[in-house]
Amino acid sequence: MPEFFEIVLLSLQVSGIALVISTLIGVPIGALIGLTRFPGRRFAAVLLYTGMGFPPVVIGLFVYLLISRNGPLGSLNLPFAPQLFTPGAMITAQTIIAFPLVAGFTMAAVMGIDPQLRQQIMALGATRRQAAFTIMIEARLGIITSIIAGFGSIISEVGAVMLVGGNIEGKTRVLTTAIVLETRKGDFGLAVALGMVLLSLAFMANLAMMRLQGRSFEE
Amino acid sequence: MSALNLPADQRSDLIYQISGLTQEYQKRRVLDVESLEVRRGEVLGLVGPSGSGKSTLLRLLNFLEAPTSGEILFLGQQFNSGQEMALQYRRRVTTVFQRPMLLERTVWENVAFGLRLRGIRDGNPSVQAVLEEVGLGQFANQRARTLSGGEAQRVALARAMILQPDVLLLDEPTANLDPQNVVLIENIIRRINHDHGVTLVLVTHNIFQARRLADRVVFLLEGKIIEAAPTEEFFRSPKDARTRAFVEGVMVY
Repeated sequence: MPEFFEIVLLSLQVSGIALVISTLIGVPIGALIGLTRFPGRRFAAVLLYTGMGFPPVVIGLFVYLLISRNGPLGSLNLPFAPQLFTPGAMITAQTIIAFPLVAGFTMAAVMGIDPQLRQQIMALGATRRQAAFTIMIEARLGIITSIIAGFGSIISEVGAVMLVGGNIEGKTRVLTTAIVLETRKGDFGLAVALGMVLLSLAFMANLAMMRLQGRSFEE
Repeated sequence: MSALNLPADQRSDLIYQISGLTQEYQKRRVLDVESLEVRRGEVLGLVGPSGSGKSTLLRLLNFLEAPTSGEILFLGQQFNSGQEMALQYRRRVTTVFQRPMLLERTVWENVAFGLRLRGIRDGNPSVQAVLEEVGLGQFANQRARTLSGGEAQRVALARAMILQPDVLLLDEPTANLDPQNVVLIENIIRRINHDHGVTLVLVTHNIFQARRLADRVVFLLEGKIIEAAPTEEFFRSPKDARTRAFVEGVMVY
């Protein structure tokens, strides 16, 4: 049983940390592409959309090759670089999976704000920075949705964590990889129990989103 | 009001002096104003059919975009092409648009918004007092998006009033409103000019509204000023045939 909680806790830790990093990178990038005009903006948007649909297992493979001992990053022996088959490697892969989603949905959310509202905000005496900040507050529901979408994509993801984590008991075993293993072993009871935990985590994330959006649902 | 604590050279009677001002979008010239002045304390009506460049001129007067060529002299400060107006000058003018453009916040927070941008907590008069002046005191804590069209536009006016600007630009402020709300809002607009001493530039395609509110009327057509005259004269004896056609409602638009 302690093993069970360990798996749940590690899942939350890995995906939670990956989500925090994705948010810190993704929200500013999405807002920047959505709100400013610069050369290559369209290209950046296309890259984001591509990233949003990238198969997690391919990202897992990419991270695997990058950080394995003979890979371009692994062979440098950097002190802070994540090692293969550690939670650090899993966080790296999940961050790469989640941040395009966070950035892409954030971009769509700020672009969905009426362009005339931005003019009005400027006309009321905002600096560019204040205007950008105000629009992000206006788009807050969409931005929160982007973060929760990012969480949903990585908490339930198997391929990448399996590849770069290795599903090592007590070290890199998370909910999804444990479910795969228990199903293969024929221990369906445990597999279903883990599945229920995963489902309820996804449910709680959506419940949190609904509560945050509650005010606009009441309209 | 806010004019009182300005340096002498900025207390001039001319708020705007425009010369050779043009604006082009994708090489298409939408505005070409040789010369125009806006005097302190007046209500200037800008009339003309849609597409005549009225809204473009207002955006330029609020320094929201830079002109293609020419200049605007605002309280002694120059504004040319490829330039951004200094914040302290930009903050002495604001616009109320046709749509109220309220933020997804409470009514009170909407009115306080411009003050917050300037790092001020509450105004003098207070947000509540200005809300009462537009007849919406009881709505302070309500969410702004739940208001009716007319109420929302009054919030937009309160949000501009509390900033005590030198100039308030009004871009079709009563289009799409019912007659009762038009009366209410026109009364507020009059008070902003009379009691608060704010100079107004009112864009409208409704010549009756221009006649009711403006001291002076400018007629724009295809980006050019066709005629500018005191309101009475403008409507009684228009000099240009095109103005006459517009005033008499013959012009199709």
